[in-house]
Amino acid sequence: MAMVQKLQHNVTIKGTKDGLVLLLDDKCSFDLLVEELNDKLTAGSSQMLNGPVISVKVKAGNRYLTAEQEEKLIEVLKQKENLILDHIESEVITKAEAEEMRKDAQVVTVSKVVRSGQVLDIQGDLLLIGDVNPGATVMATGNIYILGSLKGIAHCGTKGNEEAIIAASVMKPSQLRIAHHINRAPDSYPELGNEMEFAYISNEEKQIRIDRISAVHRLRPKLNSLL
Amino acid sequence: MGEAIVITSGKGGVGKTTTSANLGTALALSGKKVCLVDTDIGLRNLDVLMGLENRIIYDLVDVAEERCKLKQALIKDKRFECLYLLPAAQTKDKSSITPEQVKKIVQELKQDYDYVIIDCPAGIEQGFKNAIAGADKSIVVTNPETASMRDADRIIGLLEQEDMEPPKLIVNRLRNHLAKNGDMLDVDEIVSVLSIELLGVVIDDESVIKAANKGEPVALQPDSKASIAYRNIARRILGESVPLLSLEEDKGFFGKIKTLLGMK
Repeated sequence: MAMVQKLQHNVTIKGTKDGLVLLLDDKCSFDLLVEELNDKLTAGSSQMLNGPVISVKVKAGNRYLTAEQEEKLIEVLKQKENLILDHIESEVITKAEAEEMRKDAQVVTVSKVVRSGQVLDIQGDLLLIGDVNPGATVMATGNIYILGSLKGIAHCGTKGNEEAIIAASVMKPSQLRIAHHINRAPDSYPELGNEMEFAYISNEEKQIRIDRISAVHRLRPKLNSLL
Repeated sequence: MGEAIVITSGKGGVGKTTTSANLGTALALSGKKVCLVDTDIGLRNLDVLMGLENRIIYDLVDVAEERCKLKQALIKDKRFECLYLLPAAQTKDKSSITPEQVKKIVQELKQDYDYVIIDCPAGIEQGFKNAIAGADKSIVVTNPETASMRDADRIIGLLEQEDMEPPKLIVNRLRNHLAKNGDMLDVDEIVSVLSIELLGVVIDDESVIKAANKGEPVALQPDSKASIAYRNIARRILGESVPLLSLEEDKGFFGKIKTLLGMK
């Protein structure tokens, strides 16, 4: 009986309306955790564990899970075919990951004319004070803001962030790329309008669209850090 | 101690060699001691434009490889006492010389001459690297067409990485009526994209071709428009402030250029 008590203590299975949540204790050893999870899943007579397909979230608390450990957890969960792992989350990240996150969140200011043949690749958001000439490329993992004219190629969200935008004082790019979406410029630009514009991926069409800059707060409210 | 100016463009055929020959001539006309250096090894032209082809005995590669002294390779111009040419080799290629060798030669020339004008080959490879090695200043020549401007932009990017003053721009072969109709890029547009200082505009003039075929730089002619433009550019290099030549009686258009130049 003491064994059972312990099991309940280290791995808690909770049912929510979105699926199962596995709460893993972060004090005990990992091997113990795996063993107990294994026991619970195989011995469990609960309908939840044998019924229809159900999504599972794993919460590891303040435990740092290495890639191998995550692999092990996934392996254990695979025994039950009806359990689909949604994600594993942990409250802890490594310093390297934290540093990456900081870099992804920073705004890098660059003042120069990016000329034909030059590539400017930035981690984070790019604030370019100057032009992007035809044949030049600017890239950023986050958003791209250009105080100047964009006539070359701009690629934002290079790590796959589809929420990223490209804003430019004069928007006449030869190509726009957001995450893995690519859009070519029209063969000629109409001679009207000096309106500042931005490019984004529209939710409905999953395509790059361009709108007036004043629409940005409506389409990308998360850009606003002053809430 | 003089200064070395490299004339470059990226794209071929826009008028680097013509510009070099004429600026050299115009500077010599102003009484400066000038040496033209052709670095277009294998495709030398500057000697032809200057009409000095049949006087070549030694060339740039001979000097670099120390087969002769620098002074032996220099050719004195037919018309000016103070104008000299260091020709390129015709039988070798660009890789037969290194940037360090060019730098050394240019340094030596700067001791004796007020201006060393270096004619750069087309492209961005070895020949370009050789040509810019010894230069203190650079002039980018472009034509009012998209392809030429794209290459000029690339070249400016490369020049900006070098340890020299920001490059200056010459717009060559402008046909004013085409630019006015919007069929050709106008000077304003070129300057706004390339965003460097405009040194001068040379119109497309038949007299340039005629003069080149005769081996006499057009800058020697007293009244052709291209000639005046080249001489004005030379005066701007000498530090005078010369307003841009009016190619036509169109005040509005040139008013704009003047403002762009800050009346320089």
